Amino acid sequence: MSEQNFDVVVIGGGPGGYVAAIRAAQLGMKAAVVEANHLGGICLNWGCIPTKALLRSAEVFHLMNHANEFGLSCEKPSFDIKKIVERSRGVSKQLSGGIGHLLKKNKVTVFDAYGRLMGKGKVEIEKKDKTKEILSGKHIIVATGARARVLPGLEPDGKLVWTYREAMVPDFMPKSLLVIGSGAIGIEFASFYRTLGADVTVVEVMDKIMPVEDDEISALARKAFEKQGMKIMTSAKVVKLEKGANNVTCHVEANGKIEKITVDRVIAAVGIVANTENIGLENTKVKIDKGQIVTGKYSETDEAGVYAIGDVAGAPWLAHKASHEGIICIEKIAGLKDVHPLDKSGIPGCTYAHPQVASIGLTETKAKAAGYEIKVGRFPFMGNGKAIALGEPEGLVKTIFDSKTGALLGAHMIGAEVTEMIQGFAIGKTMEATELEFMHTVFPHPTLSEMMHESVLSAYGKAVHF
Amino acid sequence: MPINILMPALSPTMTEGTLAKWIKKEGDVVKAGQVIAEIETDKATMEVEAVDEGVLGKILIAGGTSNVAVNTPIAVLLEEGEDASAIANAPVFSAPLTPTSPSPLIPPPQGGGKASEASRERVSDSSHFSRVFASPLARRIAEQKGVDLKSVKGTGPHGRVVKADVENAKASPSPSIPLPEGRGKSVVSSGPDAKQLADMLGMEYTEIPNNNIKKVTARRLTEAKQTIPHFYLSVDCVLDKLLAARAQMNDAADGAYKLSVNDFIIKANAMALKAYPPANTSWTDDAVLQYNHSDISVAVATPNGLITPIIKAAETKSLSEISNEMKGLAKRAKEGKLKPVEFQGGTFSISNLGMFGVKNFQAIVNPPQSCIMAVGAGEERVVVENGQMVVRTVMTVTLSTDHRSVDGAVGAEYLQHFKRFIENPVLMLA
Repeated sequence: MSEQNFDVVVIGGGPGGYVAAIRAAQLGMKAAVVEANHLGGICLNWGCIPTKALLRSAEVFHLMNHANEFGLSCEKPSFDIKKIVERSRGVSKQLSGGIGHLLKKNKVTVFDAYGRLMGKGKVEIEKKDKTKEILSGKHIIVATGARARVLPGLEPDGKLVWTYREAMVPDFMPKSLLVIGSGAIGIEFASFYRTLGADVTVVEVMDKIMPVEDDEISALARKAFEKQGMKIMTSAKVVKLEKGANNVTCHVEANGKIEKITVDRVIAAVGIVANTENIGLENTKVKIDKGQIVTGKYSETDEAGVYAIGDVAGAPWLAHKASHEGIICIEKIAGLKDVHPLDKSGIPGCTYAHPQVASIGLTETKAKAAGYEIKVGRFPFMGNGKAIALGEPEGLVKTIFDSKTGALLGAHMIGAEVTEMIQGFAIGKTMEATELEFMHTVFPHPTLSEMMHESVLSAYGKAVHF
Repeated sequence: MPINILMPALSPTMTEGTLAKWIKKEGDVVKAGQVIAEIETDKATMEVEAVDEGVLGKILIAGGTSNVAVNTPIAVLLEEGEDASAIANAPVFSAPLTPTSPSPLIPPPQGGGKASEASRERVSDSSHFSRVFASPLARRIAEQKGVDLKSVKGTGPHGRVVKADVENAKASPSPSIPLPEGRGKSVVSSGPDAKQLADMLGMEYTEIPNNNIKKVTARRLTEAKQTIPHFYLSVDCVLDKLLAARAQMNDAADGAYKLSVNDFIIKANAMALKAYPPANTSWTDDAVLQYNHSDISVAVATPNGLITPIIKAAETKSLSEISNEMKGLAKRAKEGKLKPVEFQGGTFSISNLGMFGVKNFQAIVNPPQSCIMAVGAGEERVVVENGQMVVRTVMTVTLSTDHRSVDGAVGAEYLQHFKRFIENPVLMLA
């Protein structure tokens, strides 16, 4: 058994792990990534990226179906689900290869192996051929991510009951689907399959869909999905799955009654759990609480020299949060000046359904609960020239300010391309802009982003176009 | 990245100071905690310790420079692996730049050659402004909280002051607490400028520069005499019993202490304040603060000017303790080595000019205290006792009071208590 020495060993090559390794290398550290499956992790291979490819196909199909509204003709548009999946897989493959090149360029050593902590700065790696090696790392970063949560009675079987994994590579186009859970993952699949023509039912245990979003945005999303023909059941629970030969009868409890809904397939999207098992944490002092690794402000764990970033270290379960934690963690290790802990109130969240939803910071309810006196601005897509020209007249940009200081507490958007716009508010929040800086910024015309400007103006009673 | 070493504020009232001398020179290796320079503050000479470690790359303010504003960069510290060339890249936080407008509403000059000319002009005539880099939100919160951004250390990118820095900062003292403002000279010398007049009339003179102690004392005394309604009460005290007790105690001390008359005066005042707390007070608009302890400030003349070290809770201390503590304080006062806590925060002052044979004088109240006792010489005088002329050692003391908190009746009653203790020192044992 040979032994190799590194400054930083990262277990997991997802958006947290590979970014941390590259940053470490940039700062002159000798870095290694241990990845058992695909570089790029779930995000790139089984999450963010391939679903965006699927949703793009659905979006183009939607436009084809509405071609006449744009003065175009498109006779009986149709699709091939296999080719849609093929394109999505191709996108992931291309990008995963890209990560390999980036790591190589930065002289990060990649081990195609399974990593386990062995205590005292050691990581044991087990290669595909079962041979083992020991890596020694002054700093070890656990970035092992998370997987789909499984609820008792709703266990996915990969055939009739899918997780995101199967839902992403369907071998046929189901005619009907029931999606359990209306978070970003559930809603994106619901939207994808609905746009392609499936009958979709979404069952959410909370009293609104997309529970983390602002009430108003959530209500608008529900209205939009229902208009598309989606069936949405909130404060509802799937209590039993009765499996047939090629269908499932779901027993959904709502308002004290059980409704039976028979569908071709079920997608379980009831959250995720951290991958903390079988990675050697028992060989360390690393603490686990509520299924996730307990970390400090700079991702440090209870074991000196061991850090945890990304999904394995807790919510929000977002690739960009993992990457950022990785960078902060490495810069802290390198002793860079002015390294600050991640401000979780400044992490945007995006859902790429049709319509899109994007948000940052506090919802109106949470802002009030936190004791802020607030000013709320709203601007509807209907009042924006570009939105009308695009044929996307539905949506809303909502902003929430602290009346006392003018700090932007939250921004919540629904409608076309809002996921590309939310970064404007994220920059503003990071720079600690007040309402005046947003007001004094010249937004280009005609763009959807003008609605961001108008929403801020509206919060202070100065909206021009509505 | 090179680190700017800033002029520290070594006491709450310090707005500027004299960089007396550098202990370290350019190129010296500096460890955290090492003394790098000496700074003369309001009242004393203080040592400046390094916070970070590195090499003293460049001294920006030479030793002997006076009126150096707090937070001005005085030197640049280089971290490991950096050489002097890095100094050019050091973030300059306080170089004179365009004055920042207090309101973010006013846009910065934009575009075009004219604007940049205008801003160049402004740079040249605004040497006392320093630009503070702060986020818009930090600026607004600072304004709302009354925090001076210049006093806040920024932890954002490139030392930018961000919201959290301001939230963690304490609000500056409200303007109602009088702080020495501006450039001493204009405040102190009202009336015709002596120098102008002397030059005009061709008078000959030597200029003796004022140190900070003198400037601050001048400011505070001017302020005290102009703003506090002074009121004076004198009383004669017979010292014969005191002198006898003193001789007896000193004889028995065997060198462990040597009590002075002044030590008895400190103790007698401490006991009198304890017996009669209405004189142990400060005036504020909302309330008179009556203190629980007799913290006695004793004026000491030093080569650098007047300073008032404090015997804290003197009512709890024995004469010998007071005596020994006072000797230590006076010695360090003369050497300019008192710490701010040793001369800030007394509740009652004593000024004694008896050793110069002064019979009687009126002192200026030392704010925020209410009373100062001016002590004259103890001298043999003819006193009438029971119809007989007798010779006694008598000392006249004059109490100056702030009439807002200690009026005539209170002051008079206080002096009765004092007289009782000083004339019958044995009562101080009770």
